[in-house]
Amino acid sequence: MDLRFTPEQDAFRKEARAWLEAHVPAEPLPSLDTRQGCERHRAWEHELNRAGWAMVPWPVEYGGRGADLLQWLIFEEEYYRAGAPGRVNQNGIFLLGPTIMEYGTAEQKTRYLPKIASSEEVWAQGWSEPNAGSDMAAIQATAVVDGDHYVINGQKTWASRGAYADWLFGMFRTDPDSERHRGLSFILVPLDAEGVSVRPIEQLDGEAGFAEVFLDNVRVPLENRLGEAGKGWEVAMATAGFERGLMLRSPARFQNTARKLVELYRETVARGAVDPVLRERVVRCWMDAEAYTLNTYQTVSRLLEGGKIGSEASLNKIFWSELDLEMHETALRLLGARAELLPEAPAAKGVGGWLDGYLFALAGPIYAGTNEIQRNVIAERILKLPRK
Amino acid sequence: MRFSFTEDQLLLQTTVRDFLEGECPVERLRALWQTETGRSPELWSQLAEVGLLGLLTPEAQGGMGMNEIDLVLLLEETGRAALAEPVISSAAVGVPLLRELEENALGERWLPRVAAGEAVLAVGNGINPFLSDAHVADLLLLPHGDEIHALAPTAVTLERQASNDPSRRIFSVEWAPSSDTRVCGGEEGRTLLAAALDRGALACAAQALGVTQQLIDMAVKYATQRKQFGVPIGSFQAIKHMLADLKVKLEYARPVVYRAAHSVACEARCRATDVSMAKAAAGEAALMAARVALQVHGAIGYTWEQDLHVWMRRVWSLELAWGSGAWHRARVADAVLDGLTPAESFGYSALAA
Repeated sequence: MDLRFTPEQDAFRKEARAWLEAHVPAEPLPSLDTRQGCERHRAWEHELNRAGWAMVPWPVEYGGRGADLLQWLIFEEEYYRAGAPGRVNQNGIFLLGPTIMEYGTAEQKTRYLPKIASSEEVWAQGWSEPNAGSDMAAIQATAVVDGDHYVINGQKTWASRGAYADWLFGMFRTDPDSERHRGLSFILVPLDAEGVSVRPIEQLDGEAGFAEVFLDNVRVPLENRLGEAGKGWEVAMATAGFERGLMLRSPARFQNTARKLVELYRETVARGAVDPVLRERVVRCWMDAEAYTLNTYQTVSRLLEGGKIGSEASLNKIFWSELDLEMHETALRLLGARAELLPEAPAAKGVGGWLDGYLFALAGPIYAGTNEIQRNVIAERILKLPRK
Repeated sequence: MRFSFTEDQLLLQTTVRDFLEGECPVERLRALWQTETGRSPELWSQLAEVGLLGLLTPEAQGGMGMNEIDLVLLLEETGRAALAEPVISSAAVGVPLLRELEENALGERWLPRVAAGEAVLAVGNGINPFLSDAHVADLLLLPHGDEIHALAPTAVTLERQASNDPSRRIFSVEWAPSSDTRVCGGEEGRTLLAAALDRGALACAAQALGVTQQLIDMAVKYATQRKQFGVPIGSFQAIKHMLADLKVKLEYARPVVYRAAHSVACEARCRATDVSMAKAAAGEAALMAARVALQVHGAIGYTWEQDLHVWMRRVWSLELAWGSGAWHRARVADAVLDGLTPAESFGYSALAA
């Protein structure tokens, strides 16, 4: 065990920091869940990609920098320190990309990965259906082979980024006689294909962060299937593993929030007395953000030594989603009566993005598999408690 | 940057685990409760043979010359076994204290004997109102202001304080400092006492991880065997989710403790904060484990006969030793919120201006 960064890692950090300091937009971009904001974020992604920072741990040939996962963590730390924009194509870069890397054919890697890295193609997720939420194996949307195409019919919902994305990845039933998690395939669908209609859904924060996607006799080539036919569940679980386990929520995100929370605490103290209960909540948040970070470094060390991410991804998902919520809730309590102010309120100066962040954090224990589902996974697959 | 243990370290952990499973079963712990000292000289010399007691002792003095990163996994195992012998005071705190004395005559005299299991150290600290295992100590290292004094057992008067944990042996100590007993003071004394506090807290945190793991294992086993409504109670989500939450708590305390071991071994700038985070996190996981494991067991867990409370009581006593969770969390708050002592965000604050 050696928890010091090497001189090479320090040099990498300095390089990333210098580039970000020179390029991160001075003013925050408009929300990526608006039409204009999505385009502005896409332009930022192009800039990142041109400089080779879009997908640090990917091979150079696929638009990456060929760095290892420790360097990725370092980059993320610098990214959040710099206050850089949210990643509009997170579904592509953090979820689909690693899955293509593992399950894709050579052609698929060449076809999709560079355009994911550049965000020329922005991706939406297509898991849930009206009757398949936590019970994802209940998926009903079908993809039937017709010559060298699949014909897709059905409805996906809560498709994150669906409103402004170019493509959707998801699971479809390719074997009509199959039940549950057998007979599903993982298929990539262009959202501009004939027969696709997208209906944006306003979220709790009033923005169209997700959408319903209706698929009516949509024809996509067979080569849009990722992994084997009927093995979609396995591919999807790998995607979910990346999402819950490592990439989607890098620790720096929460360390950055924790740092802001400490700043807010100090400002609040400067304005007058702070309830000691809140002092304890703030320090607990800071400690938990550190614990999350240390756990991630441990995971990355294991991966670099040849290990894999398995069911323990479910531990992560519970931890970061509850931490994020607690940090924002604590911030709102520190803000007191100002916590309800929207950014346009004249008295909102200094209130920051806590309310918006809180509304977003509320989704954390729900998306990427509800925390109740994660608890079942931990109990059954890690602790080996009986399923029935 | 490598956040993992070496194969040798993991192998030694397995060795100690196997040893304790064989030599320190719960029946033996219970038998020791009934004895005068509550301690087993036989077990103590076996622990010396395994290398645990001289792990931090320099090789020149008969030890293994290792550090806290090597020790932390082994302490975890002693927690899992609910070992009652004074490993923390003697091996984890006393040895490095003697080792780091500027004037090392005392260390030269005692370190080889401690490593060999022939002598036991008891170490007092302002954070602990009572001195544990003073009754079996051959040398007592006691604080007096910023001074450290070394005393023979004959030079102190002990008053036993009955503890809720029948394995614990804690005492109030009456003694008189003199120039003959003074070992060091001033800056050196303060440094060594602070280091002792951090080492004691780290060791408790490591043991708390092991105790938590044991309580989870016991609860999972019981929930798998015990049937109600015709099915194992572990198939109910009410049980599953309690245990899953506990597992989350444990797995996010674990790397905090390992990092603290690294910070102690490397004398990191933020050592005190890192250790306090570990003590608070591991203690909280352990307290939760005691509650959850009892709830899973139901009434049978509430009996004296069932072994669960051996570990529950250890949780409670570890929580109190070398600073409570609340004390350590307050120390982190002083560092992070008020900047009284150094604190760093791992990675995130690297190379910060």
